[in-house]
Amino acid sequence: MGASWGGLHAVSTILAALPRDFDTPVAIVQHRAKESDGLLVGLLQSVTTLHVRDVEDKEPILPGHVYVAPPDYHLLVDDDHFSLSMDAAVRYSRPSIDVALASAADSGGAAAIGVLLTGANDDGARGLRHIVDKGGRAIVQDPATAEVRTMPEAGLRALDGAPRDRWSVAPLPEIAARIAALATTPDSQRARARWEAR
Amino acid sequence: MTLPSAPTTYDPALERLEIELLLEAVYRHYGFDFRGYAYASLRRRAWKRIQAERLETVSDLQAAVLHDPEVLDRLLDDLSVNVTAMFRDPNFFLAFREKVVPLLRTYPFFRIWHAGCSTGEEVYSMAILLEEEGLYDRARIYATDMNERVLRQARAGIFPLERMQEYTDNYIRAGGRRSFSEYYTAGYDGALFDPALLRNVVFAQHNLVTDRSFSEFNAILCRNVLIYFDKSLQTRVHRLFYDSLAKFGVLALGGKETLRFSAFEECFEQLAPAEKVYRKVR
Ligand SMILES: C[S@@+](CC[C@H](N)C(=O)[O-])C[C@H]1O[C@@H](n2cnc3c(N)ncnc32)[C@H](O)[C@@H]1O
Repeated sequence: MGASWGGLHAVSTILAALPRDFDTPVAIVQHRAKESDGLLVGLLQSVTTLHVRDVEDKEPILPGHVYVAPPDYHLLVDDDHFSLSMDAAVRYSRPSIDVALASAADSGGAAAIGVLLTGANDDGARGLRHIVDKGGRAIVQDPATAEVRTMPEAGLRALDGAPRDRWSVAPLPEIAARIAALATTPDSQRARARWEAR
Repeated sequence: MTLPSAPTTYDPALERLEIELLLEAVYRHYGFDFRGYAYASLRRRAWKRIQAERLETVSDLQAAVLHDPEVLDRLLDDLSVNVTAMFRDPNFFLAFREKVVPLLRTYPFFRIWHAGCSTGEEVYSMAILLEEEGLYDRARIYATDMNERVLRQARAGIFPLERMQEYTDNYIRAGGRRSFSEYYTAGYDGALFDPALLRNVVFAQHNLVTDRSFSEFNAILCRNVLIYFDKSLQTRVHRLFYDSLAKFGVLALGGKETLRFSAFEECFEQLAPAEKVYRKVR
């Protein structure tokens, strides 16, 4: 799940509305200042009973957990755990949403669900398309409900021409239900079992 | 511009096989061992190189690397991410000043190892810090990296002028006591740091994967290097550090690195938990 400007509100709204027993691991990449370590985790933890964690290198990926990319590192999915990297910023961003989504796609394949939220840049668009091309699913926040519409609009442009059944647009209040529904489709459950078995 | 990622039609199992073969080839032919590096970022960097060389598959890259050492050099540069900064994570240097310096003061002579020092910004930062604490003349600093090119830059001690503002801010937040500009001379090519800061520094090539320890140290700094290694390679390097540390020696990792998922967690206590400063206790 990637967000930039206005993301705190969007991300908290979604987390607050996810089912209590939601068991697909969630990773959040929110653009923010280098020094803002720790704050975001506390804020997000206050809206959900899922366990919110600041990711450290080689952090295991567990159900029932929400993982927050630390400022100034890229977040990558390495099968059953996360790896961090200090590779150059991508489109001025580190963490980069593109990098995180692409690695979720490369590692998770059809099990990955990408969500792109409000923001004032185009980070995440290409990663979202990569998820869909690898058989995963994408949800884009309806730009009309985004604090800044640039990022979801870029996501929609990137999805242009992608199979229509693999992505959708949703207003902010509906995104959580949409994620929960996608995560529990038989397809998605099968893909996740394959991913976990590796 | 595309993402440095496999084309979507690429079979992940085939990709993994080809990357393993690429790493095996680089190791067998050139002696550089990336076989234990974390896969997700390796894959990303391999694809970055494939795209930059206008190739199509990982196997193409393998052939190119084997037949053209210049491609190898470029791949090595991709794989050894050299990003660094002076007084990077000021809180870490502040913690070092407050918690580690008092320990070092108790020794008439001590050795520090910067493993994976990249272009040396961290080494100069440490020399400055020890100088200000009046401890530098008791110190010997060994600064190593696997990459010769970055070591040459480190020895030259010239850093980009446009970063001096950032470094000055970091220096102040790290508890700096003087004016940061006392330590360098601004020229056309950049900021030249006082060569006297290197009087007790030895730069040397050293590969954490294939080379052994070369001394006993009172402090080892290895920040933002182990994130590129997979879990089993991390454990090996943790052991190397453990074996190379004197009793009560200090180990400093990067801000988001941890011994938490390691077999060596029990052998260390945390001196500054948020800054990832550990102390060998058994
Ligand atoms: C991101 S830099 C970290 C620089 C500095 N320690 C810091 O935190 O600012 C990582 C460095 O690790 C070095 N490195 C990577 N693999 C290594 C290995 N196997 N042995 C020694 N150095 C290695 C790279 O060449 C690179 O200079």
